[in-house]
Amino acid sequence: MSDKIDIQKIAKLSRLKLTDIESEKLGGYLEQIIDYIDQLNQLDTSNIKPTCHVLPVHNVFRDDEASESKNINYLTGAPSNNKGHYEVPKII
Amino acid sequence: MHRKTILQAKEDLRQKKYSAAELTEVIFQRIKSVESKVQAYVHLTKDIALSQALEADKKIAAGHDAPLLGIPIALKDLICMQGARTTCSSKMLDNFIAPYDATVVDRLKKAGAVIVGKTNMDEFAMGSSTENSWHHPTMNPWDLSRVPGGSSGGSAAAVAAHECLAALGSDTGGSIRQPANFCGVTGLKPTYGRVSRFGLVAFASSLDQIGPITKTVTDSALIMNVIAGKDPKDSTSASIEIPDFMNGLERNLSGLKIGIPREYFTSGIDPEVEVSIQEAIKTLESLGMEKVEISLPHLQYSVATYYIIACAEASANLSRYDGVRYGYRSKNSDNLLEMYMNSRQEGFGEEVKRRIMLGTFVLSAGYYDAYYLKGQKVRTLIKQDFENAFNQCDVIIAPNSPITAFKLKERLNDPIKMYLSDIYTLSANLAGVPGISIPCGISKKNGMPIGIQLMSKHFDEESLIAVGHQFQLNTDHHLKQPSL
Repeated sequence: MSDKIDIQKIAKLSRLKLTDIESEKLGGYLEQIIDYIDQLNQLDTSNIKPTCHVLPVHNVFRDDEASESKNINYLTGAPSNNKGHYEVPKII
Repeated sequence: MHRKTILQAKEDLRQKKYSAAELTEVIFQRIKSVESKVQAYVHLTKDIALSQALEADKKIAAGHDAPLLGIPIALKDLICMQGARTTCSSKMLDNFIAPYDATVVDRLKKAGAVIVGKTNMDEFAMGSSTENSWHHPTMNPWDLSRVPGGSSGGSAAAVAAHECLAALGSDTGGSIRQPANFCGVTGLKPTYGRVSRFGLVAFASSLDQIGPITKTVTDSALIMNVIAGKDPKDSTSASIEIPDFMNGLERNLSGLKIGIPREYFTSGIDPEVEVSIQEAIKTLESLGMEKVEISLPHLQYSVATYYIIACAEASANLSRYDGVRYGYRSKNSDNLLEMYMNSRQEGFGEEVKRRIMLGTFVLSAGYYDAYYLKGQKVRTLIKQDFENAFNQCDVIIAPNSPITAFKLKERLNDPIKMYLSDIYTLSANLAGVPGISIPCGISKKNGMPIGIQLMSKHFDEESLIAVGHQFQLNTDHHLKQPSL
């Protein structure tokens, strides 16, 4: 790992607000684990296809038939809801 | 009564030696007497269990039968049961009440099972010791100063301490097999796609699989008969015929080839663990199995490959916890982005943040090819290793863990050392093959259980059940119990 990892950028992409102590600890951890992971470069994989799924499952189709709704009120689990909607802090 | 296996309890219930309600009461008494020491559960579902037990008794009285009628079973706390808390041992989901049943729970209920409660785990199944639980740690029933393993540590400890007759766990990188090993019980990770993941809170979707933790291999086969099979709600569940897993129990082992992967017995393994596994190999040879040396040459790369893939998938799966639709929401935010970032900062524990960060990094622009794509390619090599090995043998035998259960806090501050202790179990998940952990001895040094891991081809759990059952018929390791 030659470049220093931009911890603040990764934290923002991860939607995590880190404290300074956490940033430092996580930075150290990331460097250490990436160093470890770099051992994969010992392997020549130029002619190897990637595996994203171990079984030969591709598109799984079903008939488009109407069925009874489960009628679950998912809103009851929300931290805040209002008039049948999820409620969040003001956006604009 | 609480010490019974499922098979024994089923027979007793049928003969009306006791009722399902009595059995359930005894289990709750047992929980009351040992739970303060073991802390295997995060919450009990006593009311649900008692009404299910009464229902089971009515059915038994009417002459009905069902595979798990009246049997008290526990669920790892990432398996949804309608109306019950499902916290994944995380502050993030502490108040989450599952709005529906996972398919496995639906099937357990239809099979007559009595659901006792939800068991402790590492937060979002990320860990190998159950110490990453937001609620509390779980102690190993064999030695309360040691960990039960993880991430299904609560399930394994609850079975070992007889706080249920069996439990369901989930296994993404060894999370059923390693705790079963550490607690001296039997744990089966089925083939990827064998059991529906609908209603299982996702960690790494291409690796996760639900499976049973039981006192015997026979009990695992009984539960597999209930939970396995295609589910229209999980498109990754396999459309492949389901055998009667109990048939595997009768199979003769003679002529079956047992593969010994040379890379698994090199350095880093505790000599006592190795001796115990060599003894197990001798037992299997005496039962007619033929020993073959095989090679799984990419073993050493499995930890690195696993952490790329599992964390990448986790970073995507855990992006749903944003404080909007369910779970924890920080109260200290003025705008939406801050609300997301604060909720995740306050709601997730340290290990979960580490893995989200690593997963985000390996998927981020400029690093995707070097890390994520590379990991997927090495995954192909690991999968091919298993395909080649199964051309030479029927079942592979290996350790689950290089060591027996370690002390609480011993490895908590060294995450990479903790990851490395899973080296023997991760590759089965990367290759998607099934694996089972079976007790094979007790350490003379520390009195802790030692286990073997058996692995077989995709969808050949029957061979694992056959070999495991014959092993248990001819040894008494699985009958040893902690003096709790």
